[in-house]
Amino acid sequence: MTDNVSLDNTLIAAPPAVTPRWLWLLGGYLLIFLLVAVIWESSKALFAIPDYKLPHLTQIAEAFVRPTPKGPVWLILLQDASYTALEALVGFSLGSLTGFAIAVLLQRYVRLRQGFLPYVIASQTVPIIAIAPMIVVGMGRMGAPPWLSKSIIAAYLTFFPVVINVLRGLESVDRDALLLMRSYAATDNQIFRLLRLPTSLPYLFTALKISATASVVGAIIGELPVGSTRGIGVQIVVGSQYNTFNPGFLWATIIAAAMLGLLAYGAVALAEKRIVRWKREA
Amino acid sequence: MTGASNRMQVWLAPLLVFTVTIALWEGLVLLFKPPVFLLPPPSLIWQSFTSQFGQLMSYGFNTFLEALGGFVIGCGAGLVAATVVARSPRLSALLLPFAVASNAVPIVAMAPIAIVWFGIGPGSKVAIVAVMCFFPTLVSAVRGLTDISPDALALMHSYAASDWQTFTKVRAPNSLPFVFNAFKICTAVSMIGAIVAEFFGGAVNYLGIYIKTQASILKTPDAWAAILVACFFGLAFYFAVVLLERWLMPWHRRRG
Amino acid sequence: MGDPIISVQNVSKVYGNANASTVALQDVSLFIEKGEFVSLVGPSGCGKSTLLRLIADLDAPSSGTIQLNGHAPETARKNREYGFVFQAPTLYDWRTVARNAELPLEVMGRDRRDWKPRIDKMLALVGLRDFHEYYPWQLSGGMQQRASIARALSFDPAILLMDEPFGALDEFTRERMNMELLDIWETTHKTILFVTHSISEAVFLSSRIVVMTPRPGRVARLVAIDLPSPRTFETRESRRFFELMTDVRETLKEEFTRHE
Repeated sequence: MTDNVSLDNTLIAAPPAVTPRWLWLLGGYLLIFLLVAVIWESSKALFAIPDYKLPHLTQIAEAFVRPTPKGPVWLILLQDASYTALEALVGFSLGSLTGFAIAVLLQRYVRLRQGFLPYVIASQTVPIIAIAPMIVVGMGRMGAPPWLSKSIIAAYLTFFPVVINVLRGLESVDRDALLLMRSYAATDNQIFRLLRLPTSLPYLFTALKISATASVVGAIIGELPVGSTRGIGVQIVVGSQYNTFNPGFLWATIIAAAMLGLLAYGAVALAEKRIVRWKREA
Repeated sequence: MTGASNRMQVWLAPLLVFTVTIALWEGLVLLFKPPVFLLPPPSLIWQSFTSQFGQLMSYGFNTFLEALGGFVIGCGAGLVAATVVARSPRLSALLLPFAVASNAVPIVAMAPIAIVWFGIGPGSKVAIVAVMCFFPTLVSAVRGLTDISPDALALMHSYAASDWQTFTKVRAPNSLPFVFNAFKICTAVSMIGAIVAEFFGGAVNYLGIYIKTQASILKTPDAWAAILVACFFGLAFYFAVVLLERWLMPWHRRRG
Repeated sequence: MGDPIISVQNVSKVYGNANASTVALQDVSLFIEKGEFVSLVGPSGCGKSTLLRLIADLDAPSSGTIQLNGHAPETARKNREYGFVFQAPTLYDWRTVARNAELPLEVMGRDRRDWKPRIDKMLALVGLRDFHEYYPWQLSGGMQQRASIARALSFDPAILLMDEPFGALDEFTRERMNMELLDIWETTHKTILFVTHSISEAVFLSSRIVVMTPRPGRVARLVAIDLPSPRTFETRESRRFFELMTDVRETLKEEFTRHE
């Protein structure tokens, strides 16, 4: 990315490279933040946008620190977000493990792959998340623990991207790299462990980054139906119900959900950085 | 193996998997008799699907229209923003991290705010879908407009081509594969966005709300039938964009 | 003269099916003695790489027999009797240079205690003493290919099969690598079978050249190279070097015009 950007520099704009990159990036971020705040507040004043539609930024900040009998709002939101995070994490782990195992099976057995692959691919163009309400309601009626249905939704949202990407990774082994293994008379297990598995790792992480957010979304969606009592999704629903009386709180819950998504993504990205160390820095 | 029998197998194996899965599903449900609301047999889903076919399709079409509206607005705005951002390397270095990070944000969670802004009707769903489509399109389009071989740009430079000429002859065609990749992702994103945004509330003649209501009153076969319809519209939307891609990019080789 | 270490007898290789087939090799015979440096040279499509891969049991001949050390290529492969060097370095991205060189020892289950001394020796031999912990992308093309040669030598096979190993390098790097390869050949006494499309490279390196021609791939001529050893940078400027180059080139030209 940066290469192309600097290429554009030389051909088109050619700005003098005096300020270091991090400095103008930092300055830029500050500027963007300020700009958003100014536009936010001035449009609110200019068009007389009511608080329930667009609260003051201070109202959102206030909503975070407001005390309640159970502690300040930010603490409650943190607890609910952690609960959602746990649901998502259980589903994420379950979905990525089974997804990985299925991908390995499909890679090993051509017949199996021919039969199942079209459906796995189609799953990417189809809104499978729509079965979420049935899982929540159905499992709730069966008396399953409330977190389980959320975890299952997170699991199947994780499952499909992992299968597709890992399978692609296992298959994208360089032909000569494979012949090299053949020249050593390596066993199938050695080829898998020493060649296919490492080749597939970057692909796995691409999927995990998609799935990290998807599993958070899945858990939140699972918390929407009536009857749920814990989780950031519940707080969003509460926030939207009391928005007219308490503008700012709805935004606070949504900011919390956004942070949760970013955190999940960031955790996977960090793990990738630690594990896939052989890649050139972008 | 000859070509013909190979091609047969490509169809045969998935068909076999489909048949076996359905048969197994039906058989196991008959055998263990789980409550219908937990796992209805395929026959019951099919019955529900055929008996309300017209109604389901009209719900599906309503939801699809929301998805399409959001797709057009979001992708269109993404393209316009990309042409602006791509002109300045500094601007793209500044803004792209935000656009990439937005991938990690559960945008559908903002549906309640969209409802406050645009009402409980289709407007709020279109808005959510538009936001969800905006960022992937922006990121891909900027990449496509700037990820160009230096020689191709140097060639235009050697012709003393204007910025506009460079844009129409090199940058825009170069970005097409990237843009269509984003469009294809956005077809799925927009259907998902519309349905999930409907889970937050709306009128009953839309798929998401229908699924949610039928599930909550334990009419699970109806909800499954609605999901069939959602899948149909999702696939149809996707393949429509694929067709458009083939038509607009005849030079792009088909991948197997 | 003893038994040849590599023998190729009446080998043909046909690709495709009954409807559309290409003859990659037709009735090729070739015998290589222990310790020889033999180059297969010819234009693209003459089947030189195919022949190398048949010898390595990376592909099977349509007819004819190949033997390494008196047994079939498959047995030779399973006994780990040869090391193969590809045109692309084919290093594994996720392994450092040292870990790449270790790969065959790991696959072959050699005693772990022997790994380090062997790798140290081989990386020193190819001039990568200070690059053990580098990842492949941090090396230049020439250095990557050096690492790949160290990997092929690490398990001490008697035969080295090299498929245009320097084909992707610039001419200066290539000439330096040629000198280094000759050093390695002289210190290790390996038998080397070397595929190239560069006549000068083949003449400079080899004790014998196999000139091959395309459509179908055949052996046109064997040329013994009688340049004095050790070969130096001056060798390339000697009269005999040019005579031999011309000789090989004429053979290729004759075959070429014969096909017009």
